Formats: sequence, structure tokens, C-alpha cells
Amino acid sequence: MPASRRWARASGAIGLAIGLGVLAGNGQAQAQVSDDLGVIGTLQYSDATGAKVFVAGVELSIADVGGATSDKDGFFRISVPVPGEYSITLNTATLPAGVTLKDPERANLVALVSENADQRVIFPLITADSVVSVSEGNFSVRRVSQLTLEGLKLGLYLAMAAIGLSLIFGTTGLVNFAHAELITWGTLMAYFFNIYGLVGTFGFFSVLPPPFGGGVNFIVATLLATIMGGVLGFVLNRVIFRPSRASGVSLLAQMVMTIGLSILLRYLFVYFFGSRYRVYNEYASQRANKFWGIELTSRDAVAMVVSIIILIAVGIGLTRTRTGRAMRAVSDNRDLAESSGINVERVISQVWIFGGALAALSGTFFGFDTVKWDIGARILLLVFAAVTLGGLGTSFGALVGALIVGVAINWSTLVIDTELKNMTALIVLILALLLRPQGILGKKQRIG
Amino acid sequence: MDWGFILERSFSAMIGPEVVVYALAAVGLNVHFGYTGLMNFGQVGFMAAGAYGVGVSVFWLGWNFWIGIVFAFVYAGVLALLLGLPTLRLRADYLSLVTIAASETIRLLARSRVMQPITGGVEGVNQFAGPFYDLSPFELGKFYSFGPFKYLGRDVWVLLVGWTLLILITLMVRQLMGSPWGRTLRAIREDEDAARALGKNVYFYKMQSLMFGGMIGAVAGVLQVIQKSSVQADTFNPVITFTIWTILIIGGPGRVWSPIVGASIYWTLIVFVENTLRQLPPGLRATLEDSIQLSDFNIAMLRFILVGGGLLLLARFRPQGIFGSREEMALDRR
Repeated sequence: MPASRRWARASGAIGLAIGLGVLAGNGQAQAQVSDDLGVIGTLQYSDATGAKVFVAGVELSIADVGGATSDKDGFFRISVPVPGEYSITLNTATLPAGVTLKDPERANLVALVSENADQRVIFPLITADSVVSVSEGNFSVRRVSQLTLEGLKLGLYLAMAAIGLSLIFGTTGLVNFAHAELITWGTLMAYFFNIYGLVGTFGFFSVLPPPFGGGVNFIVATLLATIMGGVLGFVLNRVIFRPSRASGVSLLAQMVMTIGLSILLRYLFVYFFGSRYRVYNEYASQRANKFWGIELTSRDAVAMVVSIIILIAVGIGLTRTRTGRAMRAVSDNRDLAESSGINVERVISQVWIFGGALAALSGTFFGFDTVKWDIGARILLLVFAAVTLGGLGTSFGALVGALIVGVAINWSTLVIDTELKNMTALIVLILALLLRPQGILGKKQRIG
Repeated sequence: MDWGFILERSFSAMIGPEVVVYALAAVGLNVHFGYTGLMNFGQVGFMAAGAYGVGVSVFWLGWNFWIGIVFAFVYAGVLALLLGLPTLRLRADYLSLVTIAASETIRLLARSRVMQPITGGVEGVNQFAGPFYDLSPFELGKFYSFGPFKYLGRDVWVLLVGWTLLILITLMVRQLMGSPWGRTLRAIREDEDAARALGKNVYFYKMQSLMFGGMIGAVAGVLQVIQKSSVQADTFNPVITFTIWTILIIGGPGRVWSPIVGASIYWTLIVFVENTLRQLPPGLRATLEDSIQLSDFNIAMLRFILVGGGLLLLARFRPQGIFGSREEMALDRR
């Protein structure tokens, strides 16, 4: 036993070291910066029927660097020599008649170009009649179905993160506030494998051919990130929480530990990754496909299908396999499970691996638009609302809760400002606690 | 390296405005957690309530500054009431979920475009604390030195008022916790069911504790925005709550003077470390920047890494705090 434990600790530490090494290496990796950087954007507005109209022939410029004119798809790109801050100006005189900037004072935007990719800037445009169309089209079938789709997308991604959180709570009674960082970990890992490859972050390896030196395909990067998520989950349990349980640290003290861990990891991420926003090498900006007026990018469609498959697999795994049933048994009643011969510590370890991997996978999907160091912390509120609504400790409850929270948040933008949509999660959380504190699928004795 | 400068800064930080603000917030948290056992993970929300209570009532409603301050306390009390209603009957972790969610929501709401006419949005509210500084007996722009401490006149005035408030409130908390009311709170902390069996309305007492501690948190918020002369949403980040937790656990939860001791230790340490790193010889600094990316930005981030690591280790190995005793209160006895 001691030998195997030592091995487990050592392997965990190595895994973590590799992970942090990958993060730390980004400083050295600037050697392989591509010299083709630019500021990009698409000029478009919605006409009275809500259809997108692309604006061609608009002049944009960056002082001392260059300029461009938008093409028939509204697209423009201005190449810049080095990463940095650029001030890009839209020549409002070249806009077609009737089309104006939504905010007339923002004809001048600052774009922060990072070393790996084009930076997108958005000049919101409106026409005189599109203002009317927004209020008219607010409750249109098209808009509601679009928001429902967005909500389901958010809900599916949230569900993957929430199931792990819920299972960890179920098996150990611990509310893991560091779960957000497991999500961020997935995003960052996918980014680094995607951009730098397996070992390319260590400067002198970057000359190796892909998959070692150069970036790997995003799909491979996602797989690797998921594995790294499992590794981090395993390490956190083995190095921090298992010894705490063994020496009888109370659950509330462990909860404070997860808070400490969360802050520690989050600021280690910003320390090594920086506070800039970045994007994956592939799939960062896609033109949306239209089906019956509803828009969805191919990458989101694929990610949604993958999420559904994973969630179904998780459901089957939890109900049909030995491991899954053991997880649910421990979640349901730890003492009973232990006395019926289940190795509880082993199950808890599996739950952490599994939860970490799922959170990391959801993180890679959340990172599609931008990769940032606090991407998990920004949605932590949503994950908690989902888990509480579904019933803390129930895995299927987490799924139901996540879907409801996702859709509710998007629907709420029908009546409130988009910027405030995450507030809906708090309202859902409080309503759930007032009306049904044990959650939709929870059992009464849990709420104590 | 200028050790004189580093030491001067560190000494000044030992009793500086940040210490007063964080100690006040920690006194409130001590009432919640140390005496009643409530897991409040949103203390910064009460600070924000106090800060915006005064900022908005002066800036937007055009009220008198002093009425604004009274309004701030009432507002924080009402917020505590609203957060307590759904959660205080439930198990401890639900309160933590709702408070952390509420504090973050307050920040998002205050910085949003929609609220910009009222809260000033991202830019926040400025120029409202005039009446406070008008009363100052010190010259606002002049430096005053007392032994190893050195502050601007305006800060001396803030410190004088702040420390007076802090000590008065701490003494008040001490008296209250010795009273039958306070002993009931501690009984609830030790064994909720036993207190209930003795006929105490636990829910009611917990609610009073949440409101009282929240209003002390609002005092901290008000003092902070008076000192900074501006209210900005992003200064009320959730990580502040956990800095306050770290401070409370350093001092030892459930002890009267622990918030002051903890805040003083925390700020002296942070200011010392940051200033030392910033003052490193250029050659060494460049080496560190290349090898472990120790840029100016990252030195500022180091504080939060220390908070996170410190909280993790304290909760694991020393839950009663550095100076606390396990007999009175330890994090893991709950």
C-alpha cells in the first residue's frame, strides 16, 4: 500500500509539473510567433426584418500601419507588424447612407493584438429602421428559438461541468469552489496544446515538427486537455483532499480550503498565462449557418453533439457500469456503500478524475470565443445555480438544472440587458432555495 | 535597494487605511462566522452595499452626505435580510453559495451599462466625500510623520476616524458577545439543535447576526470609498471576501481582537513583499522577469497567490488561526 501510494503521489506530481510547465513555457515560446498578424472584423447590421446585411466599401485605418476597405461580406483585415495595442478608426463618412455606428463616439477602437492570432474588433452598426426592428422582433418566434438554442448550448456545456461538481459533493459532502478552475484549466490546456503542441512550449523543443513542437489539431488538443483535467482532478484529491479527510479536517474547513485553492490556481493562471484574451488557432471565428432563420456555427453544432453523446455516455456509465453504480451508491449513502464492500476512497478518486475531465472538456468548449484566465470563475455562479436547482449531489439533477439555467439565462435577455443575463442565475438559485431547497431531483434529508 | 523606503512603507501599512477597512470588514465576518458560525462568502457584497449606499444617494439622489451614510447602513441591513430569508433555515453551505453569488451579482449590476446613470457604471462615482474632509483638522495635502509612520494629511484624518470607529465597534462587539444575546449566538455556533431545544429561535438569532455583521461590513465599505474618494465596482471583487477570510483566520476566528491583528499582519506582509520585489536590483529583476515572469503586473498578482495559498494551508493545518485557541473556535469544529 505505501509503495503504491508513493507511486500515485509521484505520478500525480509529475502530471501537475508537466501541466504547469506547459503554462510556464509560454514566455519562451514567442520565438515561433507567426509574422502574419492583423486586426479583423466584419461590418454588418440587421435590417428591419432582422436579416443580416453586410456593409462593403467602408474605409478603416490604423495610424502609421495601414488601412483596408471592407469587402462584399463586410470583412476587413489590416495587417500589423508586431503584437501590441492598435487604435483602429472607422471612417464614418464612407458608411452607406442611413447606416450609422450604434455608439457614434466609438468610431475609434483599441485592439490588443496577441502573438498568435488576428484580433477581432466589432463596430456595432445600426440603420434608422433597425432600432424599431429590435423592439418589434423582440418576442418573435425566430428570436425565441435562437435564444433557446443558445440556452441549450450553454446548458449542455454547463452540465458537463456541473455533473462533476455534483458528484464530488455527493461522494464527499464537499462543495468544491475550485471547480471553476478545473474548467479554466481545460480551456488553457486546450489552448496550449493547440498553439504549442506537446512540448513546444519549452523553447528548444519548438523546432520539432507537430505534434511535438508545433500546435496540434484542436480535436487532439481537446482530448489532451480532457486527460489533463482528469490528471488535475486526481492530483488535487490525492495531494490535498484525501489527506485532509484522513486527518479528520471538517467539511467546512475543507470548503474554505477549496476557496483558497481556487484563488491560488486562478492567480497562478493569470501569472503564467497573462490577462490578455486569446483565441484558439482553429474555429475561433466562423460564419454561422442558418437553418430556418436560426443561426449556429458548425463548431458549436459539433460541440453540442459531442456534449450530448458524452452526457448520454455518462448517464449510461452511471447506471450500467460497476464503477458508475458504485459512484451513485457512495453518493446516496456513504456508510451503507462502505459496509457493502465498496472501496469508498477509490470511488472518490474516480469521481475527482471523472469530474476534472468533464470540467476540462466543458472548458475547451467555453473557450471557443475567447480564452481567458478567469473563464471558469465567470461562470461559477451558473454552475452552482445549476447544481443547486437540480439537487446537490444528484448527477442527473445537475444535467436538468444546467439545461434549465442555460435556457433561463438566454430567455431573460428578452426582457433585460444582455450584460445582466448572468444575474438570472442568482434569481434561479434563490427561487430554488425558497421553493424547493433540495432541488428538483434531490432528497429532503440532504438539506439538513 | 532602498531598505529605508521599504521599511517605511511596511511600517505605514501596519496601521494604514487598508488595515482599518479590512479589519472592520473582518469584525463583521467575525460576528458571522467566528461567533455564530455562519459561512458568509460574500462579505464584499456588504462592503459594496455600504459604498454604493453612500455613493449613489449623494451622487444620484443628491442627498446630504451624512444622511447617505445612514442610508448605507440601512441598505446593507436590508440586503442581509434578503439574503438570509431563503438560506438561514438550510444547511451552512447554502448560505455560502447565495452570499458569494449575491456579492458577484451586486458587482456586475453596479458596473453594467443599464445602471450607469445611477452607479456610474465602470467609471463609478467620484467627488462625494467632500463634507467628510471639510471637517479635517489636518492639512489634506501635507505629509505628517509620527515615528516610523508617514501619511498624507487626508489619510491621517481617515485614520483617526477609522481607528476610533474600529476600536469602538470592536469594544461594542466584545460587550455584545458577553451579553445573553451574544452567548446565545455562540450556543448556536456550538450546537444549533441544543440552542433550539432550549427554546431559542435560532433562525431569528442567525438573522440578527447576519444583519449586524453585514452592517459592520458596510462601515468598512463606506470608509474605503471615503478614503479613495471614489466608488468603483471592480474594487468589490469576490477575492476581497477571501482576503478578509484569510485575515480572520490569521487572527483566529471568535476572538475579539483577531480582525485587527490579522489585518495588520496581512498588510504589513503584503506591502513588504511587494515593495521588496519592486526594489530588487535591476540585474536580478531582469533575470527573474525572464525566468519566472516576475513583471510588475505579476508582482501585483502575487498578493492573491499568497492569499489563496495561505487560506488553503491555514484551513488545513491551523484552522483556529495563528493566535486562536481550539477551545474557543476552530474552523474545523463546526
